[in-house]
Amino acid sequence: MNVQSANIKLADPLILLNAQSLSRFYGDQQVVNDVSFQLYKGEVLGFLGSNGAGKSTTMKMLSGNLAPTQGEITINGFDLLSEPKQAKAHIGYLPEQPPLYKELTVKEFLLFCARLNQISANQIKSAVEIAIERCGLNSVTTRLIANLSKGYQQRVGIAQAIIHTPAVVILDEPTAGLDPIQIREIRHLIRDIANEHSVILSTHILPEVQTLCDRVQIIHQGQLILSDSVAGLSQQIQTSSLLIELASPPTTHILSQIDGVTSLESLSNTLFRLHYSPDLDPIDELVRQATSQSWQLKQLTPEQHSLEDVFMKIIQEEQSN
Amino acid sequence: MLTLARNELYRLFLSPLAWVVLALTQVILAYLFLSHIEYFIQIQAKIATIPNAPGVTELIAIPLLNNTATILLLITPLITMRLLAEERRNDSLPLLLSAPLSSSQIVFGKYLGTFAFFMIIVLLVSLMPLSLLVASQIDLGLLAAGLLGLGLLTATFTAIGLLCSSLTRQPTIAAMTTFASLFLLWIIDWANSSQLAEQSSGVFNWLSLSAHFNTLSQGVINTSDVAYYLIIIAVCLIITIRKLDSERLN
Repeated sequence: MNVQSANIKLADPLILLNAQSLSRFYGDQQVVNDVSFQLYKGEVLGFLGSNGAGKSTTMKMLSGNLAPTQGEITINGFDLLSEPKQAKAHIGYLPEQPPLYKELTVKEFLLFCARLNQISANQIKSAVEIAIERCGLNSVTTRLIANLSKGYQQRVGIAQAIIHTPAVVILDEPTAGLDPIQIREIRHLIRDIANEHSVILSTHILPEVQTLCDRVQIIHQGQLILSDSVAGLSQQIQTSSLLIELASPPTTHILSQIDGVTSLESLSNTLFRLHYSPDLDPIDELVRQATSQSWQLKQLTPEQHSLEDVFMKIIQEEQSN
Repeated sequence: MLTLARNELYRLFLSPLAWVVLALTQVILAYLFLSHIEYFIQIQAKIATIPNAPGVTELIAIPLLNNTATILLLITPLITMRLLAEERRNDSLPLLLSAPLSSSQIVFGKYLGTFAFFMIIVLLVSLMPLSLLVASQIDLGLLAAGLLGLGLLTATFTAIGLLCSSLTRQPTIAAMTTFASLFLLWIIDWANSSQLAEQSSGVFNWLSLSAHFNTLSQGVINTSDVAYYLIIIAVCLIITIRKLDSERLN
């Protein structure tokens, strides 16, 4: 299997999923507005957006649970609207709420899912076993789904989505509502799944995208406002300001003269915020001067942009254009 | 489709509801069956002298089938209410919607699974009159017509229940609407006895679930009666399929 996935990554990028100018209205309200993107083979694509940005609606449209008002979706060459059965055979979908029959045991449920996805009778058993193995469900196969923890239920949901080895796995906020340990385990599992499937992942958690995804798209008020690699996003998040606290500071003039510093804010007598150009980092110089001229350095913190800041920044750029 | 039907039936038997329904139906009908026998034994001597008198089948089996129909009218809503309404409420519908199945396959699968459950009840009930074969002769043709009627009636009940379940996400609302629709269609021909009947030129009579069943349970198999049930089933299933499809659009 590893060899296979390696081959997939070496092969020319192949478009597995193509969404063309998707729009969706709920009544008069436009929830998704002209969203177009592609998913390539072996890629993990992150859909980032605040709550209500249109992530789930997009996921529902991609999985065939909701018809787009406009636009088209092709999955592995099959049009989702005109050939839904063939197209859906290539999708695994985990909605926000894992769709489970809680009165069944894990194994019964997965057997049902395997049959539902029309896996041929002689392969059902092995398909179920592989899914159980991959999702770490070995210890709970005979337990009722209702009695499992939320983390395990989520795993059963993921197992259900990958049981027919679909080309595209769509996960809608897979870590929502889990505790930190479960989140780590699920992320690990998703990373593992990404070795064999292309994954579309929606989330509102920035670090999740950074640890899991190859490419990220930010959706805001139904529109794609950014489509970039994760490295590109990290650049956006990159700090270009820092907080510095000095017990006996020099005049602000001296501070702003340091190489790279573009502007300076005094937050109090001892606390300053320095803005600098990203290509010229003044931290080294600051520390040197602080020690040589005994400014008594108390604190030096590079400021992290939160997701909100990135949003705001991108949205502002969008509006000024 | 059969996978879905099988799963539906299997899940039904995982809940205590199916077992309770089966057991209690059986208890009530067995009691009624015995009381019909009791009654028959009482009047046996009197009717023996009458030529062309009703026999064991008319006096025991057919009344029992009539009782079964009434009881099914009461329990169908309880079984069918969960079909789609509960899937919606548990958010498990996406599982079926994103599987490579068409809406019609989902609807037929659910329909067949539930219908199979009711067929188990009908089968168990039909064993009671058949047990009379040990001690007496029964009119198998008449019984078969009655069972056909009961089967068609059940199939129609299920279709109406499925339709009502597709319209809401609250199982109790589905149960209530199913019961109301079934009951109304059951008694709608009572209007016949009034003046209304003349004005309506038999529409109420035609709509009645029970009127068509009565002819079948008298041993008369009319195409029009069979067609009536098949039409209602088809209409209900088609509306349900359309409903599922339209949910994707709206």
